[in-house]
Amino acid sequence: MFRTPAAVAGAVLVAAMVVLAVIGPPIWGEAAEHIDAGAILQGSSAAHPLGTDNLGRDLLARVLVAGRYSLLLALAAALIGATAGIVLGALPSVLPARPARLVTGAVNALVAFPGLLLAMFTAVVAGLGARGAVLGIGAAIAPGFARLTQTLAASVAGADYVSAARMLGVPRRRILARHVLPNIAEPLILHLTQALGGALLGLAGMSFLGLGVQPPSFDWGRLLFDGFGRIYVTPEVALGPALAVALAGIGFNLLGDALARGAARTSAPRTKAVAPESADPGEPEPGAVLDVRDLTVTFPGGVTPVRGVSLSAAPGEIVGLVGESGSGKSLTAAAIGGLVPYPGVVGHARLRLDGRDVAGLSRKELGTSLAMVFQDPMASLNPALKVGGQLAEVAVVHQGATRAEARARAVDRLGHVHLPEPGRQARRHPHELSGGMRQRAVIAMGLMGTPRLIIADEPTTALDVTVQRQILRLLREVTEETGSAVLFISHDIAVVGELCDRVVVMYAGRVVEELPADRLTDGAHPYTRALIASLPDMDTDRSLPLASIPGRQPAPAEVGDGCAFAPRCPLATDACAAGRPPLVEHGPAHRVACWEVTCTSTA
Amino acid sequence: MHIDGLTVRFGAFTAVDSVTLEVPPGRIVGLVGESGSGKSSLAKAVCGLVPHTGRVTGASRVQMVFQDPYASLDPRMRVGESVAEALLRMPRQARAAEVERLLGLVSLPAEAAGRYPRELSGGQRQRVAIARALGAEPDLLVADEITSALDVSVQGAVLNLVRSLRDRLGLPILFISHNLAVVRYVCDEVAVMHRGRLVEHGPTEDVVGSPGQDYTRTLLEAVPRLRR
Ligand SMILES: Nc1ncnc2c1ncn2[C@@H]1O[C@H](COP(=O)(O)OP(=O)(O)OP(=O)(O)O)[C@@H](O)[C@H]1O
Ligand code: SF4
Ligand SMILES: [Mg+2]
Repeated sequence: MFRTPAAVAGAVLVAAMVVLAVIGPPIWGEAAEHIDAGAILQGSSAAHPLGTDNLGRDLLARVLVAGRYSLLLALAAALIGATAGIVLGALPSVLPARPARLVTGAVNALVAFPGLLLAMFTAVVAGLGARGAVLGIGAAIAPGFARLTQTLAASVAGADYVSAARMLGVPRRRILARHVLPNIAEPLILHLTQALGGALLGLAGMSFLGLGVQPPSFDWGRLLFDGFGRIYVTPEVALGPALAVALAGIGFNLLGDALARGAARTSAPRTKAVAPESADPGEPEPGAVLDVRDLTVTFPGGVTPVRGVSLSAAPGEIVGLVGESGSGKSLTAAAIGGLVPYPGVVGHARLRLDGRDVAGLSRKELGTSLAMVFQDPMASLNPALKVGGQLAEVAVVHQGATRAEARARAVDRLGHVHLPEPGRQARRHPHELSGGMRQRAVIAMGLMGTPRLIIADEPTTALDVTVQRQILRLLREVTEETGSAVLFISHDIAVVGELCDRVVVMYAGRVVEELPADRLTDGAHPYTRALIASLPDMDTDRSLPLASIPGRQPAPAEVGDGCAFAPRCPLATDACAAGRPPLVEHGPAHRVACWEVTCTSTA
Repeated sequence: MHIDGLTVRFGAFTAVDSVTLEVPPGRIVGLVGESGSGKSSLAKAVCGLVPHTGRVTGASRVQMVFQDPYASLDPRMRVGESVAEALLRMPRQARAAEVERLLGLVSLPAEAAGRYPRELSGGQRQRVAIARALGAEPDLLVADEITSALDVSVQGAVLNLVRSLRDRLGLPILFISHNLAVVRYVCDEVAVMHRGRLVEHGPTEDVVGSPGQDYTRTLLEAVPRLRR
């Protein structure tokens, strides 16, 4: 999280402020109150680096001591604002419809109202002094919190688990307390950090306007107010408090930003390669669009979800990658596209796209030669923008098309993925489409360019077989037209078996079997066979229970030395737990990693 | 349960167009159709989650199990707490035992109650969601694509569970899926939806064996088959 200089600066500044608040008053308290009639209204000197005030008190000491009071007032104001705002923002979700609308309307009006005016108005009503200023700034902060709470609560309120609770008859107040608030706490806390910075500046402003802290108390704003009259004679007396306010404000804002960015899922820009499992890259496959050898993805703590995966795809070929969730399919795809999230580390002996090392490609070159379609269509669509506009954007940015061309192409592509009435759909927002329609829109987005490799990660999980078939046919059309290749990731072995050319089966981070798709029923690995057996088809005997694989796949950190499938494998022997079976040839275009299969066939 | 002339509109768009359908006691009725055909909208209307016209009678306590077991459990609640939300009407002391009974009903060990959803596999989460729904003592269970987010290796166990709930509890189930092979395996009857309308409805063998509509035939042909 603290990888950027801005984040480090924010953390250091905030830490310094906290230290100052703790140690300031005990150390410099006396000096700050020490009246010296002989040194009134002085400028900077060796004894008083920031000068003295009208009673001869040392201004540097006063600035250092004022830190605690300033920060405490800011904290109080931010907490008051946050509490009021969260209550206001949460009210509409518990009130009946009419009062709820009233509250929402009031919040909207307050958000539009200038914060400083709100603060001054409240402060004047509440009375001059620290209390009025704190309440004023709290009032100025509250509407922002209310709006944020409302937005966040609305998004959580749409979640399936809230629908489930509603159907169970869980009361609204309990839903709010148990489901909504805990799930929105994180962004609210981040916002509080930033609000603290704002409150600090706001309070200083109030004191500076004479509306805040009154003598003999003093905070940074008050010191600034007192020093301001002398700014043309001895500017340094105003400089101290001004600098303190600015540094603290900047610190809290930087830290808040960094925390917010850390909380949002970020992906590392480009992950560096580490030493691969086998150092021998071997001979590159001639003519392959995708050529991967010994791909490894590691996370700190020795967690290795992808372990030495080798893959290739010829022009026009659709390669299916199957395996249950957690087997490393998506990370394999992410590693190829340089999208492994921080702090993952990618290693490989070879990673070539269209005959070129991926490491040597620029972000833009990679972007045009590789298209990725993800599992969750909403991750690729901006909910605020119309579908057509988002697609057109791709053509404008990547291909330098004009707006009109881009729009026409977007509508054409939407029709291409069999979205009914593409012209009308282009004008709709993502949430107005069904899950299946959204995914088709995302696929259309991937087809706006002419990529060499299309990686489609579970693009059809939310789709029915009719659409799956159409989309696979569409992908096939594209590959035949352009000679590109497709890496099609799915946990549905039936879809992959029917629609791909070749199937690669993954289990616990490794390839366990690789074979032509039309020979999937001849799969030799016990895992492949179990997958096929547990698949209901149109001939399954309905009177018998369906087969399923007992147990579960080991998590990446649990994978030991032996065959990872051993605990669930009906054929497992002692040899299986002891050593990992290598992936070896098993007939033409067929490779298997299983001791039982390879030993029996060679014996 | 009886659905009579149910219509769901989103603005000018009609997602469900005057559907009439019956789910008899102890039967699993499958609802199939391509994406956008209105299956989920119908399900939500039956559960009272979207505004609609028409009548739903004979089911006062409908519970729904959602498609995505990763989204339907609160990530910050332990499994036991989530299931117990269905039991708020019970005295607090009785809840733990009931949670254990419900988890047992879906073949989960009692210790699962202390775990968080992220520590469970997709199939286990879906079972938790089913246990929670059963806790409300529903007279109709609506299962919307409950296995489409699951791995084939665990799908079998969830489908077996659905069938055993019907056999053991006599629970009527509206089972929504676009996977006809799955529907054929679990359902006693199949209803086919197309563009918001019900186009065919009958016993599973009949609809799958001798479909009366071209649309049903298209759906059947689209079922992926492994090439042998
Ligand atoms: N909130 C909404 N506003 C406008 N239209 C909507 C809304 N929700 C759904 N629709 C429309 O209703 C139709 C049916 O949607 P529904 O989600 O019920 O389909 P489905 O059969 O469940 O599809 P899928 O299998 O893709 O989830 C779609 O055409 C969709 O665009
Ligand atoms: S190596 Fe052993 S445990 Fe692994 S799949 Fe083969 S037989 Fe089963
Ligand atoms: Mg649906």
